[in-house]
Amino acid sequence: MAGVNQAARALGITPVMALADARALVPGLGVAEADPVGDAKTLGQLAGWCGRYTPWAAVEAGTPPGSGGLWLDVTGCDHLFGGEAALLDDMVRRLHRLGFAARAALADTPGAAWAWARFGDPGDPILPPGGVKDALADLPVAALRLASEDVDTLDRLGLRRIGTLYDLPRAPLTARLGSDVRRRLDQALDALAEPISPRLPAAPFSARLAFPEPVGLPTDIEAALERLLAMLCSRLEAAHLGARRAEFTIHRADGSFDTVAAGASRPSRDPRHLMRLLAPSLERLDPTGPDGHSGVEVAVLAFPIVAAFEAGQRAIPRFSAGKLALTPRTTQRDPEIAALADRLAGRLGPANVRALSLRESHWPERAARRHVLLDGPPPISAEPRHGPLRPLRLLVRPEPVEVTGAPGRPAVFRWRCFAHKVARAEGPERIAPEWWLTLGARPAATRDYYRMEDRAGRRFWLFREVDGENGPAERWFLHGLFG
Amino acid sequence: MRHPGLIRQRDKASADTLARLRARIARIERIGGAQQVVCPLGVPAIDEALPWGGLPLGALHEITGVAERDLAAQSFAAVLLGVLAQADRGHHGGRPVLWIAPDEGPYAPALPGFGLDPAQVTTVRARRPTDALWALEEAVRCPSLAAVLAEGPRPDFAQSRRLQLAASESGVTPLLLQPALDPLPSSAAVTRWQVKAAKSAPESQMEESGDETAGSETVGYARWRLALLRCRGGRPRNWLAEWNHETSCLKAHRLEADSLAVAADARDRPDRAPTRSTCEAA
Repeated sequence: MAGVNQAARALGITPVMALADARALVPGLGVAEADPVGDAKTLGQLAGWCGRYTPWAAVEAGTPPGSGGLWLDVTGCDHLFGGEAALLDDMVRRLHRLGFAARAALADTPGAAWAWARFGDPGDPILPPGGVKDALADLPVAALRLASEDVDTLDRLGLRRIGTLYDLPRAPLTARLGSDVRRRLDQALDALAEPISPRLPAAPFSARLAFPEPVGLPTDIEAALERLLAMLCSRLEAAHLGARRAEFTIHRADGSFDTVAAGASRPSRDPRHLMRLLAPSLERLDPTGPDGHSGVEVAVLAFPIVAAFEAGQRAIPRFSAGKLALTPRTTQRDPEIAALADRLAGRLGPANVRALSLRESHWPERAARRHVLLDGPPPISAEPRHGPLRPLRLLVRPEPVEVTGAPGRPAVFRWRCFAHKVARAEGPERIAPEWWLTLGARPAATRDYYRMEDRAGRRFWLFREVDGENGPAERWFLHGLFG
Repeated sequence: MRHPGLIRQRDKASADTLARLRARIARIERIGGAQQVVCPLGVPAIDEALPWGGLPLGALHEITGVAERDLAAQSFAAVLLGVLAQADRGHHGGRPVLWIAPDEGPYAPALPGFGLDPAQVTTVRARRPTDALWALEEAVRCPSLAAVLAEGPRPDFAQSRRLQLAASESGVTPLLLQPALDPLPSSAAVTRWQVKAAKSAPESQMEESGDETAGSETVGYARWRLALLRCRGGRPRNWLAEWNHETSCLKAHRLEADSLAVAADARDRPDRAPTRSTCEAA
């Protein structure tokens, strides 16, 4: 059996029993299959829910499975709820309303809190600062998050209370039991630091707004977002930063929460711009929740990605080949265009709004770079080359074509079920793959490119592969179209 | 018996009325007014056919003839895009443009051949026509852009009218690419062009003959059969155009062929009917 509830415990059933024994004891026992995956998922959701108290919430998986819990670092957060006791009280009450039996404890170290939540006095959940050592002394050693074998060994040695471990010499203890016991003890007593890794990285810029009572109107949510944006944007301004990403989360009274996010291609701290970016997705936020009865209690706005804010950067003149070339290398950073790109990316998806640039490469697939604008400033483009003409459209990958005619001089090629009679052809232009980029991998074949015009004047870019030993093979591909 | 002087007077009066009415319509439509900014294409043969002496900025232009295998329409649009991006000389090195397409969009190394710096082009992929139209409308309202080229949107008349109004307010010039449908949907576009690939000539002989049959084996400069199907205040016309990608120079030779023939030609879309087009290719 993985676990029992309080009612079962009262009837004398413990998790160490076999199911048959328990059924013998209580014939009408209700049994449900253990679902560790579901448990972990629920814990994860609860950790998200705890974002209403602190951004620093972590899931503690626990061994054996099912004994896990949540860790919250509430340093500096408790005063928002009227003190530590009020925070814990509020949390347990709300969890109870959501149908979870929960015990909470607050201590100087995660280890001590873990021990006190499971083995301590539920009536007094808060260990005073510095009082950990005394409080833990009377608890069983199992409260130290030890493996069950370690607990058994300690039991055989007569070490049943944590207090009995305090004065033992370190070296023999470690020699006998391994380093785990000592480490857990040190962690609980704050002799060894144990950082909590939040489930999600805590955003350096976040603000929360709690409503006196749950609200259900979209306009209220919008107003809350506006206030949070104004708050955080002034903080960004003071720090000379701009937000590259904004996440807005609403926590409903029923414990569910939803997040919408938007990205900015250029660091922004303009509340109106960020509002415009988030506004389209606000419609997806349903303040009343799936059941339609709930309301929003807490709204949290976070800027997980911030960057240095450049105020109105101008194009920098570029010098090339002795003459002053004023090319707009930085026009993508025009604020209005950046705002437009953000709006487009918000609806069409960030990957669909891109800046073009050239790369120093002859290989057709590599020569063009398509930079996702939301990823930051586009790379500097290489100088355009004065070489053979390139097609206006390059196929995503070369498509094989059937060819008839003399070797190297196709008379007809058939592409996508339609035959083109070649009227004129120009080539070859031999392009070899950049072998130094594909070291170890099978390099692509060298290609002989031809420009071909059919009888109607349509122009195509075809190539045939060149085998290093046997020369050109009559395997033709169509790779691009000219206009 | 009519008095010749009276007729002249009446003619003059009606001409005046006509001019007044035209000016009033232009004011209503916000095209060709005193503040109308015009961008000449630098091709006398085409500029003289346009009543403004060039392409009016902040106006919707439609280019039809988009086909799977024929990028002539896209190329002509790219030429216009290059001209428009450079139109504002006060802005160093050209202004940014947006290219909306249902696929990956243009291949950056080809753009310098159209007088476009790849760094000034932002591509937007919109797979659905409604998304493309929305993106186009958003872009047209962004005055920092010189022009927007859109493949994919299928605006109805009211939507094209809205685009035209937004463009006249912001000064951004939208170029709308359309397949060669028959009949073409009605639209509020100021000009409507049709472009189709034509056989190239190894050396440019446009000035002498405009003959598109001469030639040898090598591929010459891109040639298009260009038709101005509709133009507010102007008349339809046909050209044989040649684009020299090395000098970024467009040449055009006026064709006297009647526009009906070209329109009929446009209906002949080989990519729609593979069996028939095989014959055409043969």
